[in-house]
Amino acid sequence: MKRFAVLSALLLFSAIAHAQDATSVPNKRDVSPANTEDARMKALEAQVRSLAGEVALLRSEVKELRETKSPEPSSGPQVLLASAHPEPGMLPSSPAPAAAQVAQTQTFGGASGNAKLLNPDISLIGDFIGTAGHNNVSPGRSLEMHESEVGLQAIIDPYARADAFISFGETGVNVEEAYVTFTSLPAGLLLKVGKKRADFGKVNTIHNHALPFIDRPLVTNNLVGGEDGIDDAGFFLSRFLPAPKNWFLEGSAEVLRGDSADVFQASRRQDVSVVGHLRAYRDLSESTNLDLGVSYARGHNNNGSNFLTNLYSGDATLRWKPLRRAIYNSFLFRTELFWSARDQLSLAVPTLFQTQHAFGMYSYAEYRVNRRWTVGGRFDRSGHATDARLTDTGFSGILTYWPSEFSQIRGQYRFGHLATGPADFSNANEILFQFLFVMGAHGAHPF
Amino acid sequence: MPRSLTKTRFTAMALSFALVCASLFPVTGRADSKIRIMTATTDLASLAQEIGGDKVDVESVARGYQDPHFVDPKPSFLLKLSKAELLIVVGLELEIGWLPPLITQSSNPRIQVGAPGYFDASRFAKILELPTGQVTRAEGDVHPLGNPHYWLDPDNGLRIAKGIQTKLSEMRPNDAAYFGQRYDAFEQRLKQSDQQWQAQMKPYAGRKVVTYHRSWPNFAEHFGLNVVGYVEPRPGIPPSPQHTVELIGQMKRDGVKVIMVEPYFDLKTPNSIARDTGAVVVVLMPSVGGEKEITDYFKLFDYDIAKLKKAFDETH
Repeated sequence: MKRFAVLSALLLFSAIAHAQDATSVPNKRDVSPANTEDARMKALEAQVRSLAGEVALLRSEVKELRETKSPEPSSGPQVLLASAHPEPGMLPSSPAPAAAQVAQTQTFGGASGNAKLLNPDISLIGDFIGTAGHNNVSPGRSLEMHESEVGLQAIIDPYARADAFISFGETGVNVEEAYVTFTSLPAGLLLKVGKKRADFGKVNTIHNHALPFIDRPLVTNNLVGGEDGIDDAGFFLSRFLPAPKNWFLEGSAEVLRGDSADVFQASRRQDVSVVGHLRAYRDLSESTNLDLGVSYARGHNNNGSNFLTNLYSGDATLRWKPLRRAIYNSFLFRTELFWSARDQLSLAVPTLFQTQHAFGMYSYAEYRVNRRWTVGGRFDRSGHATDARLTDTGFSGILTYWPSEFSQIRGQYRFGHLATGPADFSNANEILFQFLFVMGAHGAHPF
Repeated sequence: MPRSLTKTRFTAMALSFALVCASLFPVTGRADSKIRIMTATTDLASLAQEIGGDKVDVESVARGYQDPHFVDPKPSFLLKLSKAELLIVVGLELEIGWLPPLITQSSNPRIQVGAPGYFDASRFAKILELPTGQVTRAEGDVHPLGNPHYWLDPDNGLRIAKGIQTKLSEMRPNDAAYFGQRYDAFEQRLKQSDQQWQAQMKPYAGRKVVTYHRSWPNFAEHFGLNVVGYVEPRPGIPPSPQHTVELIGQMKRDGVKVIMVEPYFDLKTPNSIARDTGAVVVVLMPSVGGEKEITDYFKLFDYDIAKLKKAFDETH
């Protein structure tokens, strides 16, 4: 019914348009009144002819629509939900070769309105991890459904969008991120408010499922809060900065409550933590680029309000991806360095205030061999935040296979030379494997 | 205690102060009145250039020889997007893997989704392969909103150009007559060229072809080709041996002699299929700029049709 209303409206509209055209024609010819009647008749004739043509065209289109859509037009507005189960009669009977459900229907816009309605984009990413081998220091579970991360993303209003990622682990639920982004602020400012992974280096900002390895680097666990990292509630402000030609500079300033895993802990309201980040990026060529960053974070640690932890980091990433072969070959090299200065009571003399200075880093390289396979390797070295005399070293080899863009199978061999005392080490040899699957909305590709 | 508190506060204030100071030197564009347009793909850039003439500055994010599904959201694009007054996108989720983060991070209110400077070209085009019934990824990386490769039909090019003309005229009412004039000229040229293209393709009407990805339904419909199979078993899924064997059988049965491949796909499988079936692999450009000589929307069809003609003639 609606379609007919639209069609008749179209007809009416075109008729009016033509009528206007037609009236403008005789006006011009008013100079020769003898011809007026004749010209009017001709104009009307032409108009009738063109209208007849349009009616024929519209008729054929209606017929076409009827044939391709449901045999019986439903009474209400026809909304096709992506998840709706089709009734038998709804399926087009034409034998399409690859996908029987794809009909050669046509539409002039408007399709996006129907399919999504006002639901947010919903996705779920499942992350299953298995571990085998030998590790006395930090043994992982043999098999675990590590997390199921639900993502909800939507545009809130003309001024903001919001993203929420809620991860269901085996033992509990964690709001990994939930924040609103104000996209329409003056002076090029971008403000995010909520809980978010802080822009401290690179690996801290990456969700588990988007990492290029199964575990997090040793330094993340030793100095920067482990799996959750610096992930806290607060304000996240960023802006592009004036930069030399061909460089891109971005600065971020973030004020957080001061609770992030075991790095920062707020004992009082005033114990907020701050994070600052400066990113410099440059395209070296069409396929190669360099991404540099320095970060600073400061907060109070679990010893109390008088005890601060200062974290400094520098990161460098080199990417190579030839555009013509982008889905087949690429290379990435990344190094991140971390320094931690942590106030605490002396390990030897518990009444003495001291600051432990620990250093940690990782380097990672990966090469995409073809559309489905990627190989990578990582080197780890990190002191312990609470006792800088203890240093862990490790390396990993990683192999990833993509059946499609929406699932991923990964294996990782991990060797660790882990410190258990100032001169005592324990070696760990482990094989990790991971299955990742994505359902629902298509997320952004990692970069 | 006071030490830590003041220090933390001081750092917070210093950081915010630095950012606010930086804001006082806004990242401004040039002072002339050209409309700064960013487009997702080169085809849209070409259409915008046709209509905008010398009143616009147009640049595309993706290159013509790049798979438009997989573009890296490089920060260098952010700078350009932050200055754009108009962003023209293909839509239908073609750019879903890379454009949304770019738009958000551009911190440019003018081009946010739904803002006046956000122009979804798919709203003006005739869209094919709109799924009805259930959509699952068992069909591969399907586009639930229809096939997004719609610009490969000159009629759609014209429709999009009309939309762009309206939009530009809204943005610069003083130049509306100029844009109108340019559209009329473009329409005339495109219709003329289309007649030639149609005439060139007429002898091959109804020819059965196989394509690598589902990039060509609009092209095939407009020029009367019959796409009977795909090298990819499902959209976005790399070729599998079993599917390839089936495809070879089908091509032999149906007498398919031409395999159309986009420039960003590997030629190994298409070539081996061609060897088995006596078909010809022809690398067609789905976008402007795919080859150096394809400098605009007209040359895109000139190039593809010349290549197709040659392939059909060779395999006759």
